[in-house]
Amino acid sequence: MRTKLTILVAVAATLVTAAPALAQIEQVPPPRLKWSFSGPFGVFNEAQLQRGFKIYREVCSNCHSLDLLSFRNLAEPGGPGFTEAQVTQIASEYKIKDLDDKGNPIERPGRPADHFPSPFPNTLVATATYGVAPPDMSTLAKARTYSRGFPWFLIDVVTQYQEQGPDYIAALLKGYKEPPPGFKLPQGGHYNEYFPGHNIAMPPPITDGQVKYDDGSPETLEQYSKDIAAFLYWAAEPHLVQRKRVGFQVIIYLIVLSGLLYFTKKKVWHDLEAPREMAHGQDPSKTAL
Amino acid sequence: MTPEGSIMSGHATYQPRNKFMQWLEKRLPIGGLVYSSFVAYPTPRNLNYWWTFGGILTFMLGVQLITGIILAMHYTPQVDMAFNSVESIMRDVNYGWLLRYVHANGASMFFLAAYIHMFRGMYYGSYKEPREVLWILGVILLLLMIATGFMGYVLVWGQMSFWAATVITNLFSAIPGVGDTIVTWLWGGYAVGNPTLNRFFSLHYLLPFVIAGVVVLHVWALHVAGQNNPAGIEPTSDKETVPFTPYATIKDGFMMVVFCILFAWFVFYIPNFLGHADNYIPANPAVTPAEIVPEWYYLPFYAILRSIPNKLLGVIALFSSIAILAFMPWLDTSKVRSARYRPLYRQFFWLFVIAGIGLGWLGSKPPEGIYVIMSRIFTAYYFAFFLIVLPLLGLFEKTKPLPTSISESVLGAKA
Repeated sequence: MRTKLTILVAVAATLVTAAPALAQIEQVPPPRLKWSFSGPFGVFNEAQLQRGFKIYREVCSNCHSLDLLSFRNLAEPGGPGFTEAQVTQIASEYKIKDLDDKGNPIERPGRPADHFPSPFPNTLVATATYGVAPPDMSTLAKARTYSRGFPWFLIDVVTQYQEQGPDYIAALLKGYKEPPPGFKLPQGGHYNEYFPGHNIAMPPPITDGQVKYDDGSPETLEQYSKDIAAFLYWAAEPHLVQRKRVGFQVIIYLIVLSGLLYFTKKKVWHDLEAPREMAHGQDPSKTAL
Repeated sequence: MTPEGSIMSGHATYQPRNKFMQWLEKRLPIGGLVYSSFVAYPTPRNLNYWWTFGGILTFMLGVQLITGIILAMHYTPQVDMAFNSVESIMRDVNYGWLLRYVHANGASMFFLAAYIHMFRGMYYGSYKEPREVLWILGVILLLLMIATGFMGYVLVWGQMSFWAATVITNLFSAIPGVGDTIVTWLWGGYAVGNPTLNRFFSLHYLLPFVIAGVVVLHVWALHVAGQNNPAGIEPTSDKETVPFTPYATIKDGFMMVVFCILFAWFVFYIPNFLGHADNYIPANPAVTPAEIVPEWYYLPFYAILRSIPNKLLGVIALFSSIAILAFMPWLDTSKVRSARYRPLYRQFFWLFVIAGIGLGWLGSKPPEGIYVIMSRIFTAYYFAFFLIVLPLLGLFEKTKPLPTSISESVLGAKA
């Protein structure tokens, strides 16, 4: 047993000391923020999602598509909580490319069932305009992360830390800086503390006071970065609230069922276990249920 | 060798009272088959909870089949639509997010249970005579699971799907002479593309049924040889076995539900923990991800592959690392089955577990510096365990005295 432990400790020590020695592309871990949607009872904050949507609409959507979402999603339970009437109004403010009855291309006002229109007719145009096509934002908050490393990735299983994406996005928006001396920034690049490799094509997209809020929230980059990150996490995981609610019910059910099965098993096995219990100095009549 | 108590007694004990069942039994004795296999089947009474993972695996296969069949009703195996069809399942299909997260995490749980099941077999010597065929069928099941899981991962058609498909299919190009031809044949073209996605979908749908078929053989072989047990000795009388129902059924059922709590934790609270963020970026053949990492359950084998500097030898090592399992019954020369009575084997076994987990961790790391050196050490141990330790231990190890019966092993000398 002692040999086993020694080996375990030696292996663990080697792993821990070796871990930080190497990294492929340098990525600064973003600061961890508090989110209303983290943890087993997490829910989205409707006001925050509405503010985030306002930022998407006024800022991000100039370059970034949101292909997988429809206007109707904005009114669905667990989301930003717009009313059906608000969604109809929002949709109608967009121009959607369509065909009329005779097959002629037209632009008509959007309807709730329409998907968000893309800012570019196709990715080639986007690439030609910016050099790199701005990524679609539908799954962005789940497609961005950072390495947690040992042993944090194991601890995350218990603490349910799943918000690496929004943490990263919020940090990125605030991460624009002058490059440190000696850092060679390629033509057209921008220095960002949190972007892997630090050279990001996107210029600083948003600054203090750029988007007006109706609910009195501070119109600061700090607040904007949280609101848009929350909105994008909802866009990537629109059923999160339902998932966590059902999950809690399922797990409670399973715990109760496993308890019942455990006692049933004890009951079924009781007579069989008697000789073993007696051999180990127990009284079977006292272990009975 | 095998006492009467552990031999399946056919359907002799099944006497249906129901008139219809009596009528059916004379024409198709399916009631008797079910009765003898899942009710009367004698199981050693000293099985511990590590023996419940066979039932858990059967359950997981069922979960994967049911969720998979429903997912296939909503999935589009076409390169321009696959990614979005998966997202549409997540967004627009009623409880589609649940189906998809259960299926994706279910694969991980399936492998977790399979690895525990295998380690249990290795610890207690369940691969030894007369259970060699049972064990080999298990190795075949592992191979089928690896193939099925890999192809399922590709269907998502995210960046990691595409590049995993590219890297893994490219392994075959290491075969001298015909390698490139084989790869082109696998792809159905000159790169991973629509034909590749289509055949992977077809095979991903087919292979689970092949798995189900081999599971039937696996269970059949189990019921002929009877279960091994923690003492590693055969039952000597009927008193040392209990009927499968209710004893094993309730015990398996309990553990299955406990396992489901872990499963539900992943599905509902951390559904993307075991996945890779890049797989939420649609596949793009023009952009290579910064790192190409397989799913966690392939990482030990991936580390073995990368620990060897020569591509062909690496591929040979990769396939050998799985194939070598099939030879375990003959590589192990010890007469004693259970590690309980093999003090040295027990040490080497735990080292093997550490090497396996270590390789898994190293498989997720870039192949450079200390990681490569550690991968090589663990890989060397992985193969040495089978090729040196197992054959030699049987000759030199001083084993502890075996109990004369299962009763004695449970009750101690008092029995």
